[in-house]
Amino acid sequence: MSETVYGPVTDWATDFDHGSPDYAANQHKIWEDLKSSGCPIAHTDRYGGTWLPLTHEMVHEIAYDTDHFSSEGPVVGQLKPSEVPDRIGAPIGPVPPISSDPPFHAEARRLLLPAFAPKMIDPWREEVVSICNELIDNMGTADHIDAALQYSQHIPVMVIARMLGLPVEDGDKFRGWVNLVLSGIGEERTEARMAQFEEFNAYLAFHVNDHIENPRDDLISFLLKAEIFGEKLSLEHTVGTVILLLIAGIDTTWSGIGSSLWHLAGNSVDRRRLVENPDMIPAAVEEFLRAYAPVTMARVVKEDMEFHGVEMKKEDWVLLPFPAANRDDNQFADAHIVQIDREANRHAAFGLGIHRCLGSNLARLEMNVAIEVFLKRFPDFSLDSSEVVMWSTGQVRGPRALPFVINARA
Amino acid sequence: MRVHVDPSKCQGHNRCYALAPELFDVDDLGNAFELNDGVVPAGLEDKARLALANCPEFAISIEE
Repeated sequence: MSETVYGPVTDWATDFDHGSPDYAANQHKIWEDLKSSGCPIAHTDRYGGTWLPLTHEMVHEIAYDTDHFSSEGPVVGQLKPSEVPDRIGAPIGPVPPISSDPPFHAEARRLLLPAFAPKMIDPWREEVVSICNELIDNMGTADHIDAALQYSQHIPVMVIARMLGLPVEDGDKFRGWVNLVLSGIGEERTEARMAQFEEFNAYLAFHVNDHIENPRDDLISFLLKAEIFGEKLSLEHTVGTVILLLIAGIDTTWSGIGSSLWHLAGNSVDRRRLVENPDMIPAAVEEFLRAYAPVTMARVVKEDMEFHGVEMKKEDWVLLPFPAANRDDNQFADAHIVQIDREANRHAAFGLGIHRCLGSNLARLEMNVAIEVFLKRFPDFSLDSSEVVMWSTGQVRGPRALPFVINARA
Repeated sequence: MRVHVDPSKCQGHNRCYALAPELFDVDDLGNAFELNDGVVPAGLEDKARLALANCPEFAISIEE
């Protein structure tokens, strides 16, 4: 068993904690300081040993190097993958295909790609428009709103629940489990925490069984019929993929929408430009994705190795901070400046290489529509300075409390 | 001018198809390919360059 370190960070180069509130609040400055002090890859003994590479070049290299870096643990936890009881190991992993390695990965991914391809996702636009309008209708005439709690957190949940075939009204449950899996990474494995995991598993088992008995036209029924290498998917594979689609599709996009609105609340020039020129929204969304990329992934080192002068040990965690790669001056001109009309923007918000976010087309649709509708209905809004913006901790970063004052409505 | 998507590099980010649907299309899996054998009609050169500059996987090349 690896030693686990808890408590406040003493030094960001040698003792960082990406699960701490300090990291969530100050990550852009932490990366800048590390890089300017000559540390392009930080280390911590926390979580049993974890690396944090900060340049686009390193992140790109690791994402492509599936020979040395496994995806079997895409979220850093207090237990290494080999320490997790009853785990499904490489190359499948617990939540395929995000936790899968080649050659299994390609087959598991190919099953899902058609459902998330642009021409299957585009028809959801009208549905997303009405979800967004309805959420704003529900706010009534209040001048003070919380754009995270009343708006951004609901949009992805309602869409992915419908796609999977889970009850849309269980959104609060889904968000609770998302927090359990992604935000509580630094917490100890208490009985209460384990009980929540059991409740999640029981919920999924119930709904998967219901789909076995009553097949319908949704993704869970599709998975139950699907075959890989000429055989039906195992039940573990099916449930793992349902967990992935539910968890990965929710707080990521919720974060992307929230960070974009947070930027627009604090930057009236950008907000006015988009209100007056809605056709600029798609490019602006790409810039928000670059500058406020919500997702950091993780890999596991397969064998002891050297990487850019550091000695990585077998089973070390390696974070892939796509948000840091997106702020690398060697890849982006004036990387620290948010330019909503940036033209050259090959950002890595949806990852690089074989694990490119499966839901990226859906996420982009939801972000574009969410911002379009919000600006149309609320052409002028600002941060409510009497309240606090709260950022999530862990590998998905976005505002979880986003207090706004509505200054104009249309 | 001709554009080309390297299918071994494309991971289906869908940037080229979103920015220049006159020059690119995507298949059922969401992976991109060039239209019209990659020949860029006059007047669309800037769109081709824009697609190249927005591909996260560096999968697009241009022959001038």
